[in-house]
Amino acid sequence: MPTTTEPEWSTESARSPGHGRTSGRRGRRRAGRVHPALYLFPLPALAIYVVFFAMPTLQAVQYSGTNWDGFSADYDNVGLGNFERILTGDDLFMNALTNNLKFMLVVVVFQTIFALGLAIFLVKNTTASTLLRGLFFFPTVLSSVSVAYTWKFIYDPNFGLANRVLEFVGLEQFTSSYLGNDTAAIYWVAITQIWFHAGQMMVIFIAGLQSVPAELYEVAEIDGAGKWKQFTAITWPMIAPATAIVVAYTTIQSFKAFDLILGLSGNPPRYSMDILSTRIYTGFANSEFGYAAAESLIFMAFIAAVVLAQRRILKFTQKDV
Amino acid sequence: MRFNLTRGVVLTIYAVIILVPLAVVFFGSFKTTPELFDSPFGLPSSISFDNYDTVLNEQNLSQAFLNSVLVTCSSVALTLFIGSLAAYATARIPGWPGWLIFGFLVLGMTVPAQANMIPQYALFNQLGLLDSRIGLVIINVVVGLPVAVFILGGFMKTLPREAYEASSLDGAGPLRTYWSIVLPMSKPSLAATAIFLFVIQWNDLLYPLLFISSDSKKTIPLALLDFQGQFLTDYPLLFTGVVIASLPMAITYVLLQRYFVAGITAGAVKG
Repeated sequence: MPTTTEPEWSTESARSPGHGRTSGRRGRRRAGRVHPALYLFPLPALAIYVVFFAMPTLQAVQYSGTNWDGFSADYDNVGLGNFERILTGDDLFMNALTNNLKFMLVVVVFQTIFALGLAIFLVKNTTASTLLRGLFFFPTVLSSVSVAYTWKFIYDPNFGLANRVLEFVGLEQFTSSYLGNDTAAIYWVAITQIWFHAGQMMVIFIAGLQSVPAELYEVAEIDGAGKWKQFTAITWPMIAPATAIVVAYTTIQSFKAFDLILGLSGNPPRYSMDILSTRIYTGFANSEFGYAAAESLIFMAFIAAVVLAQRRILKFTQKDV
Repeated sequence: MRFNLTRGVVLTIYAVIILVPLAVVFFGSFKTTPELFDSPFGLPSSISFDNYDTVLNEQNLSQAFLNSVLVTCSSVALTLFIGSLAAYATARIPGWPGWLIFGFLVLGMTVPAQANMIPQYALFNQLGLLDSRIGLVIINVVVGLPVAVFILGGFMKTLPREAYEASSLDGAGPLRTYWSIVLPMSKPSLAATAIFLFVIQWNDLLYPLLFISSDSKKTIPLALLDFQGQFLTDYPLLFTGVVIASLPMAITYVLLQRYFVAGITAGAVKG
């Protein structure tokens, strides 16, 4: 069963094919022993992957330099014109980017803290913990549209649960129109996203926490270290791999919260909730294939850049303690 | 002591925050709109399946449900089959060719759907695979393959070499070894992969939205998205759709929770 540390292992091994101790030895011993027919086994996978995945990915690069509408037989090459327009003069793209960054920031920070807190509370394998973990994880298996409709009702300004609860506890002044409030809508979507996926991240943290040797805490206890000191000196550095995975995955998820946005906002998405993935889709739906392809490449580069930057920041805080 | 008190309070509040919306939706699917607005938190005054009748028969969600079952089951089975063949080969082929194939297939995990969906749409259009359930199965298999090879290949590399060798000494060819040794030994990772794919593909909205235009071929998430325009504030009908869409996942989750956690965590690296 691959564990959360799997990605580390696989990239490392992939980087040094045949040089790893085990694979080299195994390779020699195996050489000549495998049946030639084994080389046919990956062919179905490779065939459909090349035709339907690898080539379209490369074609996206080609489209990005054109003004193709997706249907006409001919189109013009516009060079880097699409990229120029996106990065300098496209208010819709900038709006989606800004919304996406706000959304990402809130989700990454709060969902991660939240998931880690829940994981610390539920790390022991008692019956109650197992049950609660099961409950907290549950929203993850629902479809985004289902979650969106559930939260549409919570946020409904007239009949919704949120305003009703606020009125009930005497906090009428905090009632709101939620998704109807253009400046706040994206943050309300972020809260829904956290409800949706915090349990999933909690599970990754629990796996990380359970791999920390209990003796470390015992020694710290003897040395008189308090809970907070134990957390900063032992837990945080020890769960670094789990944190890196959670943060990267949460980031990617928050760039791709496409279904949730469409469910909460309707299709086409409202300006106040538009994020990059919905923007690319809208461009596509409006037959701006070339332009949307250029947007999608920027989108991909952006995700990669953010994930790499986060790794550096995380490494820094973990070295610091 | 203070830790335990905080723990109890936080966990209780969070449990309420998760449970109450789910309960409101579930019970709400048996209510009328006035009843829901009147007492959203209460139990339904009577168990009426009128909403279910409307949604399944008049709105034809039963057809969408059937489409989802067909598309998801075929996609998962095909992805597992093609993916496990490739994973087995990459785990056994010695030296760099094995790694190269593995690395190439797994690289797909880092490409977000939005990056290649436009050329994919054009390609499917050329091949006449738009607005077709077969087209949906193909795209699901393609998108699921990298994760499947990643999870299965990682697992198969850890299987003891002796198992493969003993079988080939007995004169079994690779196909036989795959079928009677590798697949049975890989059951836990096959289950985790299957669950991961099942959740992703059952819930997927993007590809049906891109590829499917006829009502009769829509899958559940897409049909559910269409509800929004029609029943802007008829929440009981929306909730009924939500319950129908979620029930298969919810039931499977309760029965196979262990595999859900394993599968979704293993697939968590999917970009």
